[in-house]
Amino acid sequence: MKSAELSVDFAGHHFRNPLTVASGTFGSGMEYSRYVDIGRLGAITTKGVSSVPWEGNPTPRVTETPSGMMNAIGLQNPGIDVFIERDLKFLEDYDVPVIVNVCGHSVEEYEAVVERLADDDRVEMLEINVSCPNVKQGAIQFGTDPDMLTEVTQRCKTKAKDKPVIMKLTPNVTSIADMARAAEAGGADGISLINTLTAMKIDIYRRKFVLANKTGGLSGPAIHPVAVRMVYEASHAVGIPVIGMGGVATYADAIEMMMAGATMVAVGMISFTEPEAILNILSGMERYMEETGTEHIRDIIGIL
Amino acid sequence: MVNMQDNISIKSKARITEKTELADGIYSMTLCADLCSKAEPGQFVMVYPNNGAKLLGRPICIASVKKDTADSGEDLLRIVFRTVGDGTREIASYGEGDRLFIEGPLGHGYPTDEAISDRKHIVLLGGGLGAPSLLYLAESLTVLMNTESTVAENAVPKIQEKPHITAILGYRDCSLKHFLADDFRGLGINTVIATDDGSEGLKGNVIDALKETVKEPDLIYACGPLPMLSAVKKYAGAAGIKAYISMEERMACGVGVCLGCVAKTVKEDPHSHVKNARVCTEGPVFDADEVDI
Ligand SMILES: Cc1cc2nc3c(=O)[nH]c(=O)nc-3n(C[C@H](O)[C@H](O)[C@H](O)COP(=O)(O)OP(=O)(O)OC[C@H]3O[C@@H](n4cnc5c(N)ncnc54)[C@H](O)[C@@H]3O)c2cc1C
Ligand SMILES: Cc1cc2nc3c(=O)[nH]c(=O)nc-3n(C[C@H](O)[C@H](O)[C@H](O)COP(=O)(O)O)c2cc1C
Ligand code: FES
Repeated sequence: MKSAELSVDFAGHHFRNPLTVASGTFGSGMEYSRYVDIGRLGAITTKGVSSVPWEGNPTPRVTETPSGMMNAIGLQNPGIDVFIERDLKFLEDYDVPVIVNVCGHSVEEYEAVVERLADDDRVEMLEINVSCPNVKQGAIQFGTDPDMLTEVTQRCKTKAKDKPVIMKLTPNVTSIADMARAAEAGGADGISLINTLTAMKIDIYRRKFVLANKTGGLSGPAIHPVAVRMVYEASHAVGIPVIGMGGVATYADAIEMMMAGATMVAVGMISFTEPEAILNILSGMERYMEETGTEHIRDIIGIL
Repeated sequence: MVNMQDNISIKSKARITEKTELADGIYSMTLCADLCSKAEPGQFVMVYPNNGAKLLGRPICIASVKKDTADSGEDLLRIVFRTVGDGTREIASYGEGDRLFIEGPLGHGYPTDEAISDRKHIVLLGGGLGAPSLLYLAESLTVLMNTESTVAENAVPKIQEKPHITAILGYRDCSLKHFLADDFRGLGINTVIATDDGSEGLKGNVIDALKETVKEPDLIYACGPLPMLSAVKKYAGAAGIKAYISMEERMACGVGVCLGCVAKTVKEDPHSHVKNARVCTEGPVFDADEVDI
């Protein structure tokens, strides 16, 4: 039998396999490159970057939950200048497409970051994290209002020139299909989902919230079935491709995501438990394809 | 450094060779492990519960490392921990022959260069579960000073006087059975015990005991709860004494990726470019002057 063909096309770009990492769970690869051959990933998605450095939230920022964790990092990042000079420079040494995740507190801030990256050959695609509060409009998240989402998408698209723009959707909405359509209406080249689910944990003995921020984003295997449902609903609502994520920890989870409609799959917090999980998932997918006689991984995308 | 090969796991399965309960809920455990590099005092390991629904490692300080003479050159890693929640309770439920995944050594430990150069009186301040990391430091300092003085004797005719080390260990009360104090004494280190309620040793905290017992400390290493570390910073700052403190924070990745474990710093941190340093990577040991606590 021919060997399994894992390559996929996404928004007109070719990737050697469908696997990337979820933003914020792999940094820019500097730390994990000691344990994981980054050159084998389909792509690397970097931690959210804003136009100026962000301090993030006070601690405690993380806590464990059953089969998952909650985080309220608050998008701490060194800002686009350092990111370009240090992180993108580091990634030059690796043969891996780079997806840069962008965050902002205003449409102008998103635009400022996108503009800086639009002509950078080291960047393959841009992923816009719309789970950020819109400071100008009462801190409501960009990704929870369809009109705001369409507007951010349009404005980022204009600044991005030829770079594909992927809108990263938040699951904290009533209809994910509406949000997917809002992104498509704004001209998005793809969507990615899910970001974390807003959650809360209370220390009953100290009678306090566990996280300093009160709420935090839930991620990990615990959210996987929710993510599969949302990837299914979103991918069926639009014609643009999807990066599926949320609790992917095994090859079976990744295959499931693709069957639900994802063209690419991102591996998130499970890297904290097992940094090389993404490589194990990759080899597991190859084995699955051989065992089931699947020649092209693209043949399973959205089969349901 | 870690092997850069493809697919090399930093997590390794370690076999428990010994477990003792030192006091109520306080355990000493020795694991036969293949540590990926030489452990420095002040570094920590991530210990993973075997319960598959618990995905994050528990950061625990290295209390001692010795080469295993019987086994195939592996390390004998000692940890001392208190049962706090389900994770540490599960870990404490294991015994000799059981296995646990561990990862490490991680982070930056206590700098020892200054200690072996020109210091006269070094003080180790341990509050509660701060004692374990200082024990490994005490072991390392004693070894370093012995080797250093031999070198000095050969190189320069003048024999440099070895610094004096005092360990001050603070406990809530006598029910904690001054755990690990005898290990410090066994190293020939002057060891002072203080309890909050005075039920054993001196009454008061480690700073009170320090003021009472040591006249002119010129280097402090401290590990313990945050209020104690703040007090150490204040005391050392006012007295112009160099102090290194070991900080604690909730962690997810343990290796600098998630930015979950930051400590506020006085100046902009060169990695984060904001006033936050990663406890798991830049720390857990910091120069007290550098952190904003
Ligand atoms: C660098 C470092 C070194 C440490 N060294 C020691 C040591 O030598 N001996 C010892 O007894 N304890 C030590 N601790 C504290 C120890 O990590 C916690 O007591 C332990 O993680 C609690 O786990 P649990 O599952 O029992 O508690 P739970 O409360 O059930 O844990 C839930 C989550 O919170 C985290 N967590 C809870 N308390 C703490 C805490 N105080 N610090 C960090 N994370 C916490 C857990 O790791 C877990 O992810 C150290 C902490 C750090 C950061
Ligand atoms: C510690 C942490 C930091 C994250 N940071 C970002 C970020 O900067 N930008 C972003 O779009 N998503 C961020 N996320 C969300 C993840 O990219 C992902 O969408 C989510 O965790 C679900 O995937 P998982 O369950 O596999 O982790 C972060 C998640 C975690 C756990
Ligand atoms: S625990 Fe993840 S950065 Fe320190």
